[in-house]
This record gives sequence, C-alpha cells and structure tokens, in this order.
Amino acid sequence: MTDKNPTIGSSVSLPKSELDNLLANLRKMGFQTIGPCLQDESIVYKGVQGLKDLPQGIQSEQLPSSYRLIQSGKPRYFDFIPGSHSWKQLLFPPRHTLFTVVKDGSWQFKENEDQEQSYALIGVRACELAAIHVQDKVFLRSDFSDPVYRKRREGLFILAVNCLDPDATCFCTSMGTGPKHTTGFDLCITELDEVFLVEIGSELGRSLIADRNFDFPSAFVQTAANQAIEHANESILRRLDTSDLPGLLMENLDADQWTDVGKRCLACANCTQVCPTCFCWDATDRVDILGKSSVRERIWDSCFNPKFSYVVGGNTRPNIRSRYRQWLTHKLGAWQGQFGVLGCVGCGRCITWCPAGIDLTAEVEAIRAEVKA
Amino acid sequence: MTILQQNPSLPTAVYPDKLLLPLWAEIVRVIPEAEGVTTLQLKFVDPQVQELYHFEPGQFNMLYIPGCGEAAISMSSDRESAAGLIVHTIRQIGNLTRAAARLKIGDLVGIRGPFGTSWPLETIQGMDVVIACGGIGLPPLRGAINKIIRDRTRYGKVTLLYGARTPRDLLYQSEYETWQKAGLDLQVTVDRGDENWTGRVGVVPMWFYHFKVDPHKTAVLTCGPEIMMRFVIYEALARRIPPANIYISLERNMKCGQGACGHCQQGPYFICKDGPIFPFSTLENIFNVEEY
Repeated sequence: MTDKNPTIGSSVSLPKSELDNLLANLRKMGFQTIGPCLQDESIVYKGVQGLKDLPQGIQSEQLPSSYRLIQSGKPRYFDFIPGSHSWKQLLFPPRHTLFTVVKDGSWQFKENEDQEQSYALIGVRACELAAIHVQDKVFLRSDFSDPVYRKRREGLFILAVNCLDPDATCFCTSMGTGPKHTTGFDLCITELDEVFLVEIGSELGRSLIADRNFDFPSAFVQTAANQAIEHANESILRRLDTSDLPGLLMENLDADQWTDVGKRCLACANCTQVCPTCFCWDATDRVDILGKSSVRERIWDSCFNPKFSYVVGGNTRPNIRSRYRQWLTHKLGAWQGQFGVLGCVGCGRCITWCPAGIDLTAEVEAIRAEVKA
Repeated sequence: MTILQQNPSLPTAVYPDKLLLPLWAEIVRVIPEAEGVTTLQLKFVDPQVQELYHFEPGQFNMLYIPGCGEAAISMSSDRESAAGLIVHTIRQIGNLTRAAARLKIGDLVGIRGPFGTSWPLETIQGMDVVIACGGIGLPPLRGAINKIIRDRTRYGKVTLLYGARTPRDLLYQSEYETWQKAGLDLQVTVDRGDENWTGRVGVVPMWFYHFKVDPHKTAVLTCGPEIMMRFVIYEALARRIPPANIYISLERNMKCGQGACGHCQQGPYFICKDGPIFPFSTLENIFNVEEY
C-alpha cells in the first residue's frame, strides 16, 4: 500500500499480480467478474477469478473466415483480439424469460423476477465499448427503455484494455472507435510485458486502485505504452470509407453487387450473432404438454432467418440477396437516422466468422466502384 | 404500471414497465362477420386501464393469446362507436388468428398498445376523401369512416371503394346503409360475383377509370393487399393527387410494437412506430424497391 493518491484521469503502474486482488475486491462488492478465457481453442467470455483464468501468452490470427490462436510465450494476458463472444450476450441475454402464463381457473401472468445483475467486464476493447454505447442508443431511448438491458447496463463495471496487436480483420480506425480507449471506462489497461499501465476513468475505479500496490508510471513505461498504441494504430490496414455511407447504400438498392453477394452469402446468420451491436429479437411461447402453462421468452433473431420478415401471404425477403442488403443497409445506413450512429464499430467479427469469407468492407468498396463506374 | 406517453400528438399507451407483458382483457362479444372472419369486442379487466386506454383509428394492438403468441391486430372501430370497447376484426389465417376465432365470451386475451400512427383525420379536413380498401383492409378504416361520418360537414365528397373476393366476403354489410345515409358514396366491387350479384366485378384501383377526382383537394386513405395499394397509388398519382395526400397503411412482421425488435423495418422506418400509416411522400424511394 502506498500513501499516494491517484486521481481520475491519471495513470498508474500496477504489478500484474495486483489484478487478482482487484478482481477479488470487485467480487466482494457484489460484482460477477467476467472476462476472457481459453476454451475450445477459442476465446470466450465467462466468469474469471484472476490471472490464472486469463489466456496468458495467447495471440489470435483472424482473417476472413479464419480464426486461430497462437502460443506466443509472451507474459501477456490481453494480447489477442476477441473471438466470437461479445459483451452483448451479458447485457442482452440470448434467451430471456419474459413471463410465464399459467392456467389456474383462468389464465394468470407470473412475472419473471429479473434479478439485479452486477457484471464487472474484464478486458473490454475500445470497439466493444463503442458497441455498448451503440446498443445504449438502441435499448435506452426516450420512447422505449428495455428493462432487461437497463438492469444489466446500469450496474456495469468496465475494465477496459487497449488493443496492442490488432488482427487483419480489424478496422476500428475507420469507424473512429479504437484501438485506444478515450472515455466510458472505470479503468483502462495498457499491457506491457512487466506491468499494467492503468488509466483511471471513474471514482469507483480510483477507489479500487487506491487500495492496491501501485506506482506512478515511469517515463519509460509511459513512452513504451504510447509507442505500443501508436504501433497498433499503424498496423490496422483494413479500411472502410465511411464518407456518405448511408447515402451510398440506401440510394443504390438496385446495385448488381447485391446480387453478387447474395450468391455467396449462406444466410447462416453468423454475422448477426457475433455482431456486438445487432439487436433484433424474437419472442416465442413454449407451452407445456398439458396446455396449462406457457413460458414466453425473448431470443436473439437475425434478419438472415427466412421467417424474420414473414407475414401472411409470404416472406417479404425470400431471397438472400435482399436479406444481405437489409443487413448492410441497416447497419451502415438506416441505423444512422434511427439512432444517430452507424451500427458498425469495426471489430471485424462478421468478417472472421462468415463461413463464406464475406467482408463487408470489400462489399462497400465494390458498391462504391460500381456506382462510380 | 407505467403509463407511457409515446408521443404528445398520439393517445396514451398503457402497459406495465415489464418487457412485453400484456394486460388482460376480457371478450365481451364475438361477432361472426363472414366465413373465416370474426370480430372480437374486448374490455380491459382492470377498470383503471380501461379508463386510461385511448386510441385513434389506424393504430393497432399487440394481441396475446396464451400459449399461441402475439400478433399485431389493428383497431377495427373507434371508441365512440363501440361504447368504449376495443374492437378487433380478425381473419383466420394463421395459428394465432385461428385460436382467436375459437375464443368465447369471458375468455381472456392479453393486450399491449395502442401502437403506431393513426389516419390523419384532422389534416384532411375540408378535402374530398377517397377511402380505398380491399379484403381485411376495411376493418382498420372502419373507425376512420365512423369518425368522418360523425363530422361529415368537415369533409367534402367522401367515397369508400371496397373490394372483396366474393359477395359473401363483404364485411360489415349491416352498416352500409348507415354509411350511405350519412353521405358516403359506397362503391363495392368483388373479384368474382355469384348468381345474385348485380354490382361491379373487378379490382379496387379500376374505380379511378370511372370517376373524376379533383387532385387539388382529394386525400386518399388506403389499406389492403400491398398489390392493391400499389395500384391505388399508381392511379392516384396518375391523376396528379400529390404523394403527400395519399396515406397508406403498411403491414410487416412485428414482435414488439415499439421499434425495438427490428422485424418491421422498411428502409429507414420501423413500421410499428413510424407507421403503420405513412403519407406516400415519405415512402416514394422505398415502396417500389423489390423485397425491401
């Protein structure tokens, strides 16, 4: 323990072993600490107790339709780019019971008593935090406030991490979301081999650090962190030209490129499930076999599912061409008018996890070229 | 319970601050309208909700049937004409609507709503009104018809073009005389007549071939199969009725009614909250895009 007093906005140098104590303190405060773990040769988000659960010495290599992890041997815990999981699954659960309706004489609703969920997210990347801010605009509006999301969002603790080794699918620099965090976190780590450089973003973050064995960072540590971030910034080569993107897409709904991508897309819905901003959902009833009760659930849906646009008389978008067009024109077009931001943060998940290797940045470029021609 | 003011210009929506949790309403009356079409009259079990709940014609409710699910069903009347009851005329076409047709007096259904925009009955005052509807597209307009008739002097010529498949499919036949006496020009057409049918055979948009409209003071309200509305719009535009005076009610798959679930999107709009009723001027760029 030191008698130094860190302030919000300042950075401290923290021995890596102190992360265990920090997470323990978060749990004492009632938080569930959720972070990256190695599982089935992938990085997943689930409960973590401390450093022992984090994927030490693991780097990722992501390409269109390709994901693999590499043992780097480096003493780093956040040296990978996230996998298919995103924090969306915690704030907006893939399956959530809304209520149960029970026949006891007449029908009665039994509300699902949704418990307060306090999550501490460990290792949130800049694009991922931007995605949470995008979903805030979707779920927490003046004309609609999603109680399930709100309950989980309000009590959130965010331990952010700056990405230092981006993958080939990353394009956060084009979307203005990363790789470096700017705001919205409680604590933000830049990881060096020896220490964490931790920026303090909130009073809660400050009080947690004040209890730990920290140092004010040396000029060497500061410089090393700055250089690493600068290097990360420069190593992101994928680009998405966002100039007049909504106009480009929504005014060219008859572009030949939609037909082209429609032939390649399998409508598997992977892109929408891994996307940290996609929010479409369905509500279904699960009836017991005696017909005495029924559970109504909200589940994730996808605009690629054939039934998504089903109305009496048929499906509004029977062809994959129109479903892909719906997805892209919404995410990079209509979203702007609906929620004031684009629905893409440049995380690249939809590129990595597309089994057909469809790359939305390339699709946009192709449409741009077609329109220009 | 939270009372949600969706929009100051719209009526008050009433539902709890629980996601998708409906409020119980009881079936007061069941009216068979035609083969496969039933009208349910409902009132909320909670008298306070029944008191607070207000809607405008053209809006819709999400109707929940336990174990079956939920569907968007339009208001099929106005509050004044139905003694404060909620009226839904439902065509049996899927699992939920077939279950709705089996409901009996005293049965409970869940309701969330009202949602969406309503027919622009204030905006179009002073104008001639052409109401063009087909099949189950009449019920969402009945409330508007009733309101126009009550305020008949505030509108110019009012024409109702109504098409059904056969004479037996014509809805609300007992009300036609009242409408006509109130000064509504009723033009009925069917796809196929029967031995007793002496009226017009053909499709709704063809009416425009036979009558003259004044494009400067005519408003069109249309609801029905999208193909019918497409040609109603086509004929109206051909007669130089401005797109802003053509109002259209759209249908899409809906799960929430609040612009949250994503299903009902068409271009920039959530049909459930930005619609279902749009002036055609706001749809010009997207309405004719295939599969959009």
